[in-house]
Amino acid sequence: MEDNNGKGKTRERIGVYVCHCGSNIAGVVDCPAVAEYARSLPDVVLARDYKYMCSDPGQTLIKDDIKEHGLTRVVVASCSPRMHEPTFRRACEQAGLNAYLFEMANIREHCSWVTDDKAKATEKAKALVSAAVRRVVWQQPLQTREVPVTPAAMVIGGGVAGIQAALEIADAGFKVYMVERDPSIGGHMAQLDKTFPTLDCSACILTPKMVSVSQHPNIELLAYSEVVDVQGYVGNFKVKVKKKARYVDEEKCRGCGICEEKCPGRVPSEFEEGLGKRKAIYRPFPQAVPNIPVLDRDNCLYFQRGRCRVCERFCDSNAIDYEQEDRFVDLDVGAIVLATGYDLFDASADMRYGYRRLDNVISALEFERMCNASGPTAGRILMANGKEPKSVAIIHCVGSRDTNYHQYCSRVCCMYSMKFAHLVKDRVGHDTKVFEFYTDLRAFGKGYEEFYNRVQEEGVTFVRGRPAEVTDVPETIDEVGKLIVQAENTLVSRQVRIPVDMVVLSGGLEPRSDTAEVARMFNISRSQDGFFLERHPKLDPVASMTDGVFVAGCCQGPKDIPDTVAQAAAAAVRAVGLMNKGKIQVEAATSMVQAELCSGCRVCNKLCPYSAITFDEEKKVSVINDAVCKGCGVVAAACPSDAIVSRHFTDAQILAEIEGVLV
Amino acid sequence: MSFEPRIIGILCNWCSYTGADLAGTSRMKYAPNVRIVRVMCSGRVDPTFVLKAFQQGADGVLIGGCHPGDCHYSTGNYKTARRIPLLKKMLDQLGIEDGRVRLEWVSASEGDRFQALANEMTEQVRALGPFRPAAPSKPAAMEVAALAAG
Repeated sequence: MEDNNGKGKTRERIGVYVCHCGSNIAGVVDCPAVAEYARSLPDVVLARDYKYMCSDPGQTLIKDDIKEHGLTRVVVASCSPRMHEPTFRRACEQAGLNAYLFEMANIREHCSWVTDDKAKATEKAKALVSAAVRRVVWQQPLQTREVPVTPAAMVIGGGVAGIQAALEIADAGFKVYMVERDPSIGGHMAQLDKTFPTLDCSACILTPKMVSVSQHPNIELLAYSEVVDVQGYVGNFKVKVKKKARYVDEEKCRGCGICEEKCPGRVPSEFEEGLGKRKAIYRPFPQAVPNIPVLDRDNCLYFQRGRCRVCERFCDSNAIDYEQEDRFVDLDVGAIVLATGYDLFDASADMRYGYRRLDNVISALEFERMCNASGPTAGRILMANGKEPKSVAIIHCVGSRDTNYHQYCSRVCCMYSMKFAHLVKDRVGHDTKVFEFYTDLRAFGKGYEEFYNRVQEEGVTFVRGRPAEVTDVPETIDEVGKLIVQAENTLVSRQVRIPVDMVVLSGGLEPRSDTAEVARMFNISRSQDGFFLERHPKLDPVASMTDGVFVAGCCQGPKDIPDTVAQAAAAAVRAVGLMNKGKIQVEAATSMVQAELCSGCRVCNKLCPYSAITFDEEKKVSVINDAVCKGCGVVAAACPSDAIVSRHFTDAQILAEIEGVLV
Repeated sequence: MSFEPRIIGILCNWCSYTGADLAGTSRMKYAPNVRIVRVMCSGRVDPTFVLKAFQQGADGVLIGGCHPGDCHYSTGNYKTARRIPLLKKMLDQLGIEDGRVRLEWVSASEGDRFQALANEMTEQVRALGPFRPAAPSKPAAMEVAALAAG
C-alpha cells in the first residue's frame, strides 16, 4: 500500500463531514465542493456534506459510517470546537471510536461568518479541512482520567446572589463555605430600603435568608474573610482563605452590643454611605450576620494611642482579644460560585453633576439609606439643612449608556429611579415636585411597566433628556438658593432649566474595583465591560471558562434582584450536579516525558507553573505528574531534546496541521 | 491577480482563539488570508512551528496569546513573550523580515481587536510581498517521525 501520509504505517480510514449549519456556512461556503475536495485528500475514504451535523441524524450519520465503513478517524468541518467538539467526540465514542481520534475544522466562526467572498471562503474552508485531515492522521487515542469530586462548595460573596446559591447548595445536602469580605453578609441588598416594583421592604425579605445562612447546618460562614489563593482544578480546588482579625473571639461573643455602646470612637459608617456614624468596634447594621462586632484597628483609640480598652472592660464574656491575628485556613472544595457583586458608579467622576461638590446632590445608595427607617435620618428625606425638599430631580444613566464611562445599560436604574420618585411622593408629600430626567425608559420586567404607569399617575414629571449640568448659579430670582438642572427636553427640542431642592444621581453598576485580581485568582476571563465572562452569552450564562467555577449575580453583569436570584439558583444547581456525580472526567491531553530521550537538563522543572514536574534523581530524568499537569504544552516547546510530548498537541500533529492549512 | 498573502494564526485556546470565535459570532468581516491553528497556550508555540510555516510557504505568522497577567496557565504567555523576540532575532539573520511574525495579545472578549489584527497583518505582509522559501523539504511530520524513531 502506498505510504502517502508520511507515517510509514497502514493508512487510516478518515470520514469527513461538512456541515451546512443551515445557511450559516452553506450561505457562503460551497459545502458540496469542500466535501468533494476532501475526497481527494490522502486517507479520506468518504466525505459527506449535511445540513446540520450536530442534529441527531447528523450524529447518526457519523456513527453508522464508523461501523459500516470502518472509519478510524473522523473530521467534522462545522462550528468552533468550543461549541460542538464534545458533541462529536461523544458520537464517536458511542460508535466505539476513541474521542481523541476526532478532529474539528472551524469553518463557521473562522470562515463563513467572517468572509463575504464566496470563492475565498470556500478556498479557506478547503484549507481548514485539509489541515484537520492531515492532523487527525497523527492523533492518538487517549484515555480520559476520572477523578473524585470533593463534596463541598465555596460561595464567594454574601450578597443576595451568594446567599441564594449557598442556601440552594446546602439544602441539596452539600457542605458550603461562604466567604464574605465585609463583617456581615447581606451585600448591597441589605442597604436598600424598598425593592421595585412591589415595594417590598428589602431587609424584611433578605434578613430571614441571612439568618438561614447562619443557622444552616451545612453552611460554614467565613465573614470578614478573603480568598487569597486558589489551586487545583474542577472537583478538587484548594482554596486558602484569610480570616481577618476581628479582635473579638467569635466563640465567646454573645452579640450583646455593650462594647459598641461604650466605645468612644466615632467614624463615618460605610454601610450608611458615610451619612451616619459608627463606632470603632461595630456591627455594620443591626441585623448583621454573624451578629459579632469587628474592631476597626485604624480607628481604635487603644490601637492608635495605646489607651482606652473600654470595650474589654465592659465585655462580660471576655470576648475582646487585642492579640488576635489574621488566620489562614485551607479548604478543599469541588465547586466554586463567584457572587462578588458590583460597585455603584462613583458619580463624582462626572463633574457636571456636582456630586461631592454641591450640597443636596446625592447618590442612589445615599438616598436608599436616607429612606430607611434605621438609617441616618430615621427614614426622612432631608436636605443638608435638615429640611425636607419641595422638589427633587432624579437623573438617570449616570455613568451608564455613556461612552465616556460605561457603554452598557445598567438595567436597574430606570426602575429604582421610579421607586425613588414614588418614595419622595410617599415620604415627603404628594405635593413634592419630582422630575425624572431619563434617556429611554426601560421597564422590561414583570410588573415594571405597570409601576411606570403608577408613578406617572402619582404626578411625577418625566423629562426625556440627559442633563448637561447641575449648578447652583442662579439666572433668575426663582433659582436663587436652588440646584438648577439644565437639560434639553428632547421630545420638544427645547432647553429647560429646572430649579430643585435636591438632586439624586442614579448611578450605574460597575465591576468591583478588584475584579481583575479576582478574575486572575480564579483563572477566569472578563468581558469588555469588565464583568466576569460567562462561558456562553446565550447558552451558558452561569458557568465561567474554567470548569467548576460558576458566576452569579452582578459580578457577571448588571441585573435586578429576581434575575440575580435566578442565576444564583442556576449556579447552585450546576455546582450540585457536579458534586452529585461524585466523579469527573478530566482532560487526558496532558504532557509526558519520554524518559529515553530526556537528557536530565531540568530546563522544564522550573517552567511548569503548577510544579507538576519533578526530577527523578535515580534515573536522572524529569517526570510529569499527570494529576497535576494541565496540558498547556509550555515545556514541550522548551525541551531541548524534544523529549516532552504534549498529548493531543504533539509536534507532529501541529506541524501536519500547518502543512495542511498551507496546501 | 494581486498577491494574496498566506498567513497562519497560531492562537491559544483560552483567549485569542475565543476572541477569533467572537469575531465570527459577531459577524466581523476580515481578510480571509489568516488561517487559524489552535494550541492550548501560546507557550506551546515552538519556534520551529514558525520556521516550518515559512518553509511550507506561509508569508506571515501571527501568534496570539492572552494579555499579560490573564494567561489561563498563569504564566505561559510570559514564556512566549520571551521566546518570540529571540526567534525574531534569528529570523532576521535568516533574512526573514521582522513584519512577517507578530506576537499579539487578544482576550476572549476582543473580537474587534482580532478583526483589526487580521486585517493589519494581511496588509503588512502584502506590502512585504511573497515570502520565497528555500527548496521544499520532506513533509515535516515525516521528519518528526524519523527523529522520534531515532
